Amino acid sequence: MVDMSVTLAEAHLPNPLMTASGCAANGKELSRFFDVAGLGAFVTKSVMSAPRSGRGTPRMAETPSGMLNSIGLQGPGIDAFVEEDLAWLKSAGARALVSIAGSSSGEFADVAAALRNSDSFGAVVGVEVNISCPNVANRGLVFACDPLASAKVVALVREQLPRDIPIFAKLSPDVTDISGIAAACVKAGASGLTMINTLLGIAIDTDRMRPQLGGITGGLSGPAIRPVAVRAIWQVRAAMDQGRFRAVPIIGVGGVRTGRDALELVAAGASAVQVGTATFNDPTAPMRVLGELEALLEAKGYAAFTEVIGIAHGQ
Amino acid sequence: MSAIPNAGVTQVAGELIATRRVGAYHHLTLVAPGVAELARPGQFVALAVGGSTSANLLRRCFSIHRVSPSGTYGGTVELVLAAAGPGSTWITELPLHGQVDVVGPLGRPFPLPNEPVACVLVGGGYGSAPLFWLAEHLRERGCHVEMVLGAASEDRLFGAALARRSADGVTVTTDDGSAGTQGWVSDVLPEVIRRTGAAVVYGCGPMGMLRSITEVATREGAVAQVAVEEAMACGIGVCMTCVMPVVGNDGRTRMVRSCVEGPVFRGDRVRWDAFADGYCVVPEDAVGAPPASGGH
Repeated sequence: MVDMSVTLAEAHLPNPLMTASGCAANGKELSRFFDVAGLGAFVTKSVMSAPRSGRGTPRMAETPSGMLNSIGLQGPGIDAFVEEDLAWLKSAGARALVSIAGSSSGEFADVAAALRNSDSFGAVVGVEVNISCPNVANRGLVFACDPLASAKVVALVREQLPRDIPIFAKLSPDVTDISGIAAACVKAGASGLTMINTLLGIAIDTDRMRPQLGGITGGLSGPAIRPVAVRAIWQVRAAMDQGRFRAVPIIGVGGVRTGRDALELVAAGASAVQVGTATFNDPTAPMRVLGELEALLEAKGYAAFTEVIGIAHGQ
Repeated sequence: MSAIPNAGVTQVAGELIATRRVGAYHHLTLVAPGVAELARPGQFVALAVGGSTSANLLRRCFSIHRVSPSGTYGGTVELVLAAAGPGSTWITELPLHGQVDVVGPLGRPFPLPNEPVACVLVGGGYGSAPLFWLAEHLRERGCHVEMVLGAASEDRLFGAALARRSADGVTVTTDDGSAGTQGWVSDVLPEVIRRTGAAVVYGCGPMGMLRSITEVATREGAVAQVAVEEAMACGIGVCMTCVMPVVGNDGRTRMVRSCVEGPVFRGDRVRWDAFADGYCVVPEDAVGAPPASGGH
């Protein structure tokens, strides 16, 4: 038996496996395949203040070992989310890591406040701040590409939530220096970091000679991006170890399909792992990866999951 | 195999036990215990392709042609598909007794009428696959069932012979006139509805055809129930890629997932005006639609 429990800032979780935001809807759909309370945390689809239709279709394109998606943050809005989705997750006994988004820093704060005031807030073990959204006030540049804009969002969300609710800034790999963005978020009050979000890509339909996605660009995810996730986690963990900014837990996400993949992210410095696109291929993927990771650690003779966090550094 | 009790869906390693060519298509029989017992006409299965290390991660979704819950090998599911891309080609090249991961049954089935009314079942190409099984269910309820099958050419028709056993009347159309009446299903459909006094028209096939079926049915005073073929990544309601604009009971349009709220919709609820040239746009009056660009 390996002790799989882990503590992420103030969140104590029985295991480090999570769904990834936008790859698991809000719980009911996957509960037809496994008990969502068995996950370390269930990460919900990014929710904004008002209902959003998202983009038209086509919204996806399959790419080698991955896919592009262009959903456009479709969602019910925070009020319907807390009344229906969060209430359901609470009734299912799940630990919710709620992903929030906004097109202005004020919208992030409003969503966080509505979440805090909801009846089902007790199910929330943390908030993931999806800063890979276009900032309307800055000509649509995504927050996560700008350290100042990222820091402002994190600081405003931090103010809205009780101290015992950790907040995780979800970083984009589409930046020159991810450690610089990470540092800005941590200094602004982030309890941890989630990395990485999708990479921006385009696929061309060579029959119609036009972009395959209705929204032209899409986010690249899947096993194809795993080495990028491992690199980003490695760089940020190394920057923390060098004392460039306060060490905080990293939730690794990007291309995890197996327990071995999860262990790669953990060895690079992640304290928890989200399974995203692999869930489209196998609805049970998050729980399967948990079992595979535990078996792998057991086979390697570890007594606790926490022993392998960042273990590849300094070997 | 994984299953949560009473979830109405299962995930199972399917085994290919029979395969044969039918014109331009492949007819496959899979042993998929648990799926056959739960499935109803109009539902679909989502298959993983290429094995556990496949570079093609997205599920391929296929309408169920028929099921046999208690075969010699356990419950079987039959599918009809065309080898179009790498995923469907992989499936059609599976060796006998090869394995494929099956999730199903998925989606909402065709609603069945409470009264023994006349029904017309319209299929385009291999979109006709689920209609024969549907016809059996309808005839068991005392419905008069006619089928209209259309395709570009004779080799792309599916089930013309099968239809003669499954239905009380069959009309065939091909674009090139190589079988049946030259033309589209919508050319012959008004006459079939009028002659039979059909109350319901069921359709399965490409979007353009479903739109014209809906228009004809509505004009003739019948209800259209259409099964759409939207591209899906997961089939289980989590990826949000298969959405389309559909009018709800409250009269408002929403971008709904065709995998869980469909694939069968009332034709007159679908916002066909949003579809053009391979795209589907979000209607401006849809719930949560982005503000119209341009102007103020």
